[in-house]
Amino acid sequence: MPEWLRLALVIAGKDLRAELRSRTAILSAVVFAALVLVVFNFARDPTALAAVDLAPSVLWVTFALAAMLALNRAFTIEQENAALDGLLLAPVPREALFAGKLLANLAFVGTVEAVTLPLFVLFFNVDLGAALPGIIGVTALATVGFVTVGTIFSAMAVRTRFAELMLPVLLLPFMVPPLIGAVQVTARLLAGRPLSEMLGWLRLLALYDLVFVILCALVFTAVVDE
Amino acid sequence: MPSSDGSRLLEATGLWRAYGRRQVLRDLDLAVAAGEAVAVAGPNGAGKTMLLRVLAGLARPDRGEVRLEGRPLRRDAPHVRRAVGLVSHQTLLYDDLTLHENLTFAARLYGLPTPAAAARAALDEAGLGPRADESPRRLSRGLAQRAAIARALLHRPRLLLLDEPFTALDAAASERLRAELGARRQQGLGIVLVTHQLAEAWEVATRIAVLVEGRWACNEALAGSLEGFLPRYQELIRA
Repeated sequence: MPEWLRLALVIAGKDLRAELRSRTAILSAVVFAALVLVVFNFARDPTALAAVDLAPSVLWVTFALAAMLALNRAFTIEQENAALDGLLLAPVPREALFAGKLLANLAFVGTVEAVTLPLFVLFFNVDLGAALPGIIGVTALATVGFVTVGTIFSAMAVRTRFAELMLPVLLLPFMVPPLIGAVQVTARLLAGRPLSEMLGWLRLLALYDLVFVILCALVFTAVVDE
Repeated sequence: MPSSDGSRLLEATGLWRAYGRRQVLRDLDLAVAAGEAVAVAGPNGAGKTMLLRVLAGLARPDRGEVRLEGRPLRRDAPHVRRAVGLVSHQTLLYDDLTLHENLTFAARLYGLPTPAAAARAALDEAGLGPRADESPRRLSRGLAQRAAIARALLHRPRLLLLDEPFTALDAAASERLRAELGARRQQGLGIVLVTHQLAEAWEVATRIAVLVEGRWACNEALAGSLEGFLPRYQELIRA
């Protein structure tokens, strides 16, 4: 196994262990996601708009907002006792540190999404059926994109005085492209449309992932170094 | 004792660093040989902590360079950082992990061959073996400081940077730390020790440097008694 990958897994493992111990981020993100779904469920007029028409937007707004809560935790845990200094002092390439934090965040947000999806089906009475593998695929594709950007902004925001406020302000504009793509693909999947109708959006999501994974890994050093 | 060939473990030249609009370090040079311990004293706000952060590679100097064992700290960073241990104002430990998990994690970052065993040994050495499964947040300030020192020494660094390490330590723990630093220095460890407690520094250091407004007011081999130095120290920091 390459050394950078070993170090990334060590860092991700530490974050997961700390989160399993405290359950701060995952629990609050899951509760928050459930509350958002409840609010959307009761705020909708069922006579004016069918659940299936609103469902893709609701699903992705819920994923995005819940992810924001989970991402906030990524670097606030490093602020405790200046633990980030310990990481930066260790012989760990910054790219490995970024990869470790990204892997941990993907695991957090993926867990939140995995719990939220059945709740969404329950509240909106949507029959995922044959669309489920596609929904999982597009969720993975979009999540990689916004979690990558979220990881770098979380590292930036934590050095500011209002980290919890700064992260949404920085991240939401960058979340728009993957959210638009994910909503479009989800809507077509739920409507049973053929794959050819979604290829353009899927390419956009894949390109977004590729560009931002490379870009964020490159700028991470400048973000964490004083 | 200092290396007989005079080889420099740490060599910092022409360090300038601003914090906001304030110039914290001004054209500062510092050389530390293997087995040498430099005590850095000075009034609050003199730039001592920033100096340590620059020497550790945690802060980039605006001008100047830090070389460790002849290699530039910034360019060869991951390899060069392996040589450095840091005890800062904070413990660098995660409250959601136990002490043993914290040190095992650090041992894995440094690529030690048996991380869990190395962590256990370091905690035993620090007298924290019985508290290994507790969170750092449950420790007193003094015990947390001992854990932080154990973490810094875990990977056997060749240069140890300490920021007020005697703070909150009781007499026995201070004595143990002084003995530990003395023994490691004899084995060739280079030490830069930032402190206000000159009495402690006098027992550990081979050189005293006084930093005032980002410049050395003095940087010389330790000679004579602390009582003899104190009036001069007061004069230096007043000036």
